[in-house]
Amino acid sequence: MSEKSLNKNWQIATLIQSELISVDVKKLVFKINPSTALGASKAGQHYDIKLTAPNGYVAERSYSVASPPEEKDEIEFGVQLLENGEVSPYLWQMKPATADKPGDQVEVRGPIGGHFVWCHTMPGPLVLIGGGSGVVPLVSMIRHWRENLNLPDQENKLNKERKVILLASFRSLEHVLYKTALEKLEQENKNFKFTKILTNHEARIDQVKLKNVLSEVIEKMPMIYICGPTKFVEAMASNLVALGTNPHLIKTERFG
Amino acid sequence: MLINSNFQPKREKNDRLPPGQYETRDFPVLSLGPTPVVSKNPSADGWNLRVFGLVETEKTWNWDEFAKLPQTDWQKDIHCVTKWSKFDTKWSGVLLDEIMKIVRVSDDATHLIAHSHDGYTTNLPIEDIRDGKAMVAVSYDSNDIEPEHGGPARLLVPHLYFWKSAKWLKGLEFVAGDKPGFWETRGYHNYGDPWQEERYSFD
Repeated sequence: MSEKSLNKNWQIATLIQSELISVDVKKLVFKINPSTALGASKAGQHYDIKLTAPNGYVAERSYSVASPPEEKDEIEFGVQLLENGEVSPYLWQMKPATADKPGDQVEVRGPIGGHFVWCHTMPGPLVLIGGGSGVVPLVSMIRHWRENLNLPDQENKLNKERKVILLASFRSLEHVLYKTALEKLEQENKNFKFTKILTNHEARIDQVKLKNVLSEVIEKMPMIYICGPTKFVEAMASNLVALGTNPHLIKTERFG
Repeated sequence: MLINSNFQPKREKNDRLPPGQYETRDFPVLSLGPTPVVSKNPSADGWNLRVFGLVETEKTWNWDEFAKLPQTDWQKDIHCVTKWSKFDTKWSGVLLDEIMKIVRVSDDATHLIAHSHDGYTTNLPIEDIRDGKAMVAVSYDSNDIEPEHGGPARLLVPHLYFWKSAKWLKGLEFVAGDKPGFWETRGYHNYGDPWQEERYSFD
């Protein structure tokens, strides 16, 4: 093992906020020093988080970022508590900073990833399809779009007119992430549409559902991002291809 | 180094795991887009493997022809850059040594570029695919390789991170000089040795 490469660019992140945002996902906001973060930040990327036990045992996991690239020194993650998980229970019990006590710390490195990323300068409508906590990187993209709506530059005409559709599947209403914020954004902006499917009440997303939700944009070369459990991503991607979508417009990220 | 004093590991330290990896019994999937559907039908639309570039005899096999080449059985640990490792995975396939012998790779070739049906590419130094280090796998656990795991045939280079083991393999191109592939030009390491934790371009 090379100590040099193992330690390269790990930096300390201090927890400043911890908040339950669904029955099994906590929003965790860490303060980092942006000058030691790696490279340019793009919506959809992830960070690696490392825990070191007193006996030297190390556990590393990757977590998608929910905050937009415009947020340089406060990184937000949506961490699902996994049964028998090793890292998520630790992250859940961490204490954020208070007036008289600094927050708990972990080591992180990132941002990482150059494929499952979206930028407001890209053409076409934006279609985001998420399963459960798979909406986390999609939320970063939505925030990035919103952050760039009011810039005066030329390219921004594209962004102002762009349709953004989030289609997300959750096990039940109490599993919905960022519910209030997404519903509020939908009310405020006519170009943003949020459709949630609750699988305890209704059928899973099939081709008919996809066709209906995406009818407005499917012929307009949308950029499509799908994130969630493998089975969900496989089903969504193959349904979209069956509906005639160009596979090259579909980017996927899977977990589990 | 930061010590997380109330972190209670649920797993044992295991020397069989490269740094930063954890063992999984599942078989997770990492891919960049929809799973291509590639049939074994021995026609132009079906699976075929073209071996080209710096070779004396360019060669293309369809599925039926490729199945006649001598096969080797492997039991290997595999390591994905997304941090899971899976022990003792069982594969059968044709060693790259066998293929290189048939096409007679030129001494000028320094690298292999693997091409996939979905347009994916990955690069490997030639030393990392010869002498029994790499195969074109055609079966997993005594069955067909599932499409989401790269079936019907994928490259298998188990000593490097698993993105080097290109799924839905359709071409092997021998070249002089390195040519970083899909993930290698998107922030991932050019070589990808799990034991050196060469995950990202800055490692």
